[in-house]
Amino acid sequence: MQPHELTIAALADALRRGDLSSVELTRHYLGRVNAHASLNAFVTVDEELSLRHAAAADERISRGDAGPLTGIPVAQKDIFCVKDVLTTCGSRMLSNFVSPYDSTVARKLGESGAVLLGKTNMDEFAMGSSNETSHYGAVCNPWDPATVPGGSSGGSAAAVAARLAPLATGTDTGGSIRQPAALCGITGLKPTYGRVSRYGMVAFASSLDQGGPMARSAEDAAILLGAMAGFDPRDSTSVDRPVDDYRAGLSAGVEGLRIGLPREYFGEGLAGDVRSAVEAAVDELRRLGVRTVEISLPNSTLAVPCYYVLAPAEASSNLSRYDGVRYGFRAELYDDLLEMYKRTRSQGFGVEVKRRIMIGTYTLSAGYYDAYYLKAQQLRRLIADEFRSAFESCDVIAGPTSPTTAFALGAKTDDPVAMYLNDIYTIPANLAGLPAASVPAGFGDGNRPVGLHLIGNYFEESRVLSVAHAFQRATDWHMRVPPGFE
Amino acid sequence: MSLAREDVEKIAHLARLELSEEEIPAYVENLSRILGLVEQMNSVDTTGVVPMAHPLDTHLRLRPDAVTEPDRREEIQRTAPATEGGLYLVPKVIE
Repeated sequence: MQPHELTIAALADALRRGDLSSVELTRHYLGRVNAHASLNAFVTVDEELSLRHAAAADERISRGDAGPLTGIPVAQKDIFCVKDVLTTCGSRMLSNFVSPYDSTVARKLGESGAVLLGKTNMDEFAMGSSNETSHYGAVCNPWDPATVPGGSSGGSAAAVAARLAPLATGTDTGGSIRQPAALCGITGLKPTYGRVSRYGMVAFASSLDQGGPMARSAEDAAILLGAMAGFDPRDSTSVDRPVDDYRAGLSAGVEGLRIGLPREYFGEGLAGDVRSAVEAAVDELRRLGVRTVEISLPNSTLAVPCYYVLAPAEASSNLSRYDGVRYGFRAELYDDLLEMYKRTRSQGFGVEVKRRIMIGTYTLSAGYYDAYYLKAQQLRRLIADEFRSAFESCDVIAGPTSPTTAFALGAKTDDPVAMYLNDIYTIPANLAGLPAASVPAGFGDGNRPVGLHLIGNYFEESRVLSVAHAFQRATDWHMRVPPGFE
Repeated sequence: MSLAREDVEKIAHLARLELSEEEIPAYVENLSRILGLVEQMNSVDTTGVVPMAHPLDTHLRLRPDAVTEPDRREEIQRTAPATEGGLYLVPKVIE
């Protein structure tokens, strides 16, 4: 077996036994990253730095001081600040930003002994569902390079799917871990809001942003989540609560579990091939002993309009920090301060980011606040309450992650509203703050992956992962490799 | 809700963005479409619903008023476009 065919647990065993060194493993993956550079999955690769991490990990392993991630290469979404490494967030605005500090996620992964394999491409400031808004170019979906990998964590999803990285981090504000995971045929989990620290994770919409793992399987994701999760005093909304042993929780089993199927998630707008694959996946879960119950989440259908008030409002506020004064890009020519601000921001931000800043500026402006922002916050509560009552009659909610499989590059770039509707099933969990995963569930037309969406109750990441794990023990969709990447 | 060209120019100014003449029509069209999407919210009566600002409805923590960060000014200012003597430089604002 080649190293990129092994699970994280098998890699950790091989490293501990000395069958393989972390330097060898890291070289192997760097070789794959270079060989498949045309996917454009990475913005930054620093081989010397990666090999330094690997050598340090090998030393730690030889001392008998290895954890489950020691010596394992992990790709970081380019939204996580890593000290002394370029952190662009997919934007020209941060094209020269070498971070003077570590994000908490980067620090924790460093402490676990993981090797930084590189920084992955993403939609600019995580605003997008196709990775096409990146200043560093689109990413190709390894299953079909003419299609998008999804977004905003498109580089991470493509890298894991193409076996260029065994693990990657992602962030999810409206579906940015789960939708690309679905479109690339991998496993991705957005934890409960507050479970993974946002410190040093470039802010988009702070009441929605949440980091999480992207991996081939639920088991691999559980291992990475264990290293990422935990209370952090540096994040004011981090939750002070012990971290579950996600790996131990995998084998909890699904027998007798009640799976809620929201009527609204199987209605109009869902492509036929996605519906068939998701229904077959639900049948598989039934064979494994779950009981399905029909539920209804009527206000969830308005999650997209609600989100496109709240997220741009928070973004317009968060992105006001990019003024060309303290860090990042500054325009070259200007006569006064106002012109410096305007030119810096106009040249530094791409079109989608400008659109969202302007929507947020408008909905927060005097006279419109109640009609938009307040209304959206009220709707947000109705959506969250609806989940609360749904979880009285079921343990986990299942449905499709995305209404379609991967679409062609360029197909939706001229129509922002069509692009936004990709996240129709994923946004509700962000608004409510619930944990949710996407799990490979077969293929639609043209051999394009389909994702099964699993939403859990607050802090029940472990239960979501155990359902995903049971499904993956009974199926092999997550083992499929895109042609040409074996 | 359909925005006019002047609305978009005003919003751009508030957001400290400069749009070229050629760019404006596309912004007028797309921002109007997004607001059209957003207005679907009005199909639900939310009278009396308490706005939800945060998913966990928790209170922000307080911490002791103690210095926890060292002085790293030089390191932090290394990322700035222009500094002098520990200060950030911007175009002259006071005549």
